Amino acid sequence: MANLTLIQAVNDGLRTVMKADDSVVVFGEDVGPKGGVFLATEGLTADFGDSRCFDTPLSEDGIIGTAVGMAMNGLRPVAEIQFQDFIFPAFDQIVSEAAKLRYRSGGQYTAPMVIRTPYGGGIRGGLYHSQSGEAYFAHTAGLKVVIPSTPHDAKGLLIASIQDPDPVLFMEPKALYRSVKGEVPEGEYTVDLSTLRTVRQGGDVTIYCYGAMVPVVERAAAQAAEQRGIECLVVDLRTLMPLDEEGVLEAAKQTGRVVVVHEAPRFCGYGAEISALIAEHCIEYMEAPVRRVTGFDTPFPNTLEHHYLPDDRRVLDAIESVYDF
Amino acid sequence: MSSAIQILAPDGSVVGEPPGLSEAELRGLFVHMLQIRCMDGRMLKLQRAGRVGFVGTATGLEATLVGAAAPLRPEDWLWSGLREGGAAVMRGLPLSEYVAQMYCNANDTAKGRQMCNHFQHKGTNYPSWSSVIGTQITHGVGAAFASMRRGEDTVHAIHFGDGATSSNGFHSGLNFAGVWNVPAVFVCTDNGWAISVASSEQTAAKSFAAKAAAYGFPGYEVDGNDVLACQSAMADAVERARRGEGPTMLVLKTYRMLGHSSSDDPTKYRSDEEVAAWAERDPIARFERYLIERGIVEEGERAKLEAQLLTEIDAVIHEQEAAPPMALKTLVEDVYAEVPYHLRREYNDFIAVAEKLGHAQPGDGAFPL
Repeated sequence: MANLTLIQAVNDGLRTVMKADDSVVVFGEDVGPKGGVFLATEGLTADFGDSRCFDTPLSEDGIIGTAVGMAMNGLRPVAEIQFQDFIFPAFDQIVSEAAKLRYRSGGQYTAPMVIRTPYGGGIRGGLYHSQSGEAYFAHTAGLKVVIPSTPHDAKGLLIASIQDPDPVLFMEPKALYRSVKGEVPEGEYTVDLSTLRTVRQGGDVTIYCYGAMVPVVERAAAQAAEQRGIECLVVDLRTLMPLDEEGVLEAAKQTGRVVVVHEAPRFCGYGAEISALIAEHCIEYMEAPVRRVTGFDTPFPNTLEHHYLPDDRRVLDAIESVYDF
Repeated sequence: MSSAIQILAPDGSVVGEPPGLSEAELRGLFVHMLQIRCMDGRMLKLQRAGRVGFVGTATGLEATLVGAAAPLRPEDWLWSGLREGGAAVMRGLPLSEYVAQMYCNANDTAKGRQMCNHFQHKGTNYPSWSSVIGTQITHGVGAAFASMRRGEDTVHAIHFGDGATSSNGFHSGLNFAGVWNVPAVFVCTDNGWAISVASSEQTAAKSFAAKAAAYGFPGYEVDGNDVLACQSAMADAVERARRGEGPTMLVLKTYRMLGHSSSDDPTKYRSDEEVAAWAERDPIARFERYLIERGIVEEGERAKLEAQLLTEIDAVIHEQEAAPPMALKTLVEDVYAEVPYHLRREYNDFIAVAEKLGHAQPGDGAFPL
């Protein structure tokens, strides 16, 4: 066991699979000798050579398009998109090509590949270094969408994603890159790509969250227990597609009171899906309306980002409102 | 077209250095060109009869398909656009699979999921095209990178049309190919029209081939109605790629004699005179004159060859008319390697209704949840 930050765990995960599997190649903008703008790939070119970890021309469409071709021809590409905000030139390649290849070819051709990309606010990056676009991708059949919130899960989910036979969008909460630390097993292990994680047990209110919102929700849940004696069941979804639907419904039934938290905009956001699932499958267990605590339906702000992002006070207010309903 | 590489003039006379092909090989090229035209004719008839939904023909483009595919080895990859199906058949796609794909029936290797005219053949490394313009260009470059990294001498022929030279994929693909020096040949079939937009309206550059220079590798214009020129230019580019000397772009200048597809009326945007002028340059007639002069094909033999090809095609059509029904589970299979919980549940909800209405077939039953 080593005590690592989340970004060190990502680096450790990449090293682990690169050592085990020569077909794994890591590439993107500035990922080579520099090691990436956040240093996720630090030392990989030095340790594995520039045929295993290398820089590309500055074109997200080119990075993902060539990754699809590599995956179709025997490599296991791990492409980095420097900020999730810059992924949209590659949207066509992700949505039209990588995600649909297995289906449209009747399983003759597949694209086992991982797209790693830092997402989310909290670094004063403004509109174009802060977005949370998971809903666009979770809506896309054929794609898996994974978001870790701990160093342990970052490594285990990343290894599982690289070994997975389908394309995976691996969204890394950049706000947590260096702000969380945790025990990370050495060597290879995987975390299942369709199982949620119970962060905190409680029988009063269920809170669903993922990525950078997990520590925010944990703080709010601690305050609810301390100030009001409200015990929250906190669920880290980890894999948005495929979702652990049975686990989600089970957690809702346990309390009958639900809050969903994400920093992405609310309208057609991931919280809407959780909310609809509960309404369709276990509304008879509900004691209160579902509350969503989310970013605003606006572009991502800069100076006021700390108000845009859900914080423990807003989450606590939602917990109290569903509890008191 | 004075700058374009040409071996046979439109009248069949030799104006360049013919490639060193045997008589049997030359005859083979001719038969494959005839086969493409025969398949187009039959598919259009089937479309008019309502048996297949959509046809994107290659009539007029036979020299580009056959000439560019001829130098490829079976292990080389051919990345296709809409009109390369005839090249796939030439390289080994069984005619039965070609026709099954046009019918989108249960024998189709893609399980009827793509619209007509989107062929694939795993055995000769021919992935299907998505329909999105230019996206296959970067795929070919990435796959060529993978071949190169494994130390193989496999070459990737990446086909696209004149319209695709305006796409993101063209720029990204050719740029990455130049930087990585991958074993690829970019085959741009300039057939004059991107649906209704003339190729002259796609760029202000003097030629599409000139664009290759910006990516650091050579580009050549080739007379796309001259099968020997197409074969010869492609053979040179393929061998250059195989030697590890990097990519080449070929622009095969030709003309799409029919509409963009069976749904298109080309008389709305181009003149009969223009079409008639290109009919004079017909690639099959040109090559036929060359072969007759050398005694490789006899006068009048073409009709006999076409009759044989049509008999063979018709037999396959007859066989593909009677395919089993499509399994309903294919609705949710192959989205992922395994059918996930939410898709099993969606299917089960659907099949419960289908069973109630009597629409389900044996074997269509529910998934275990």
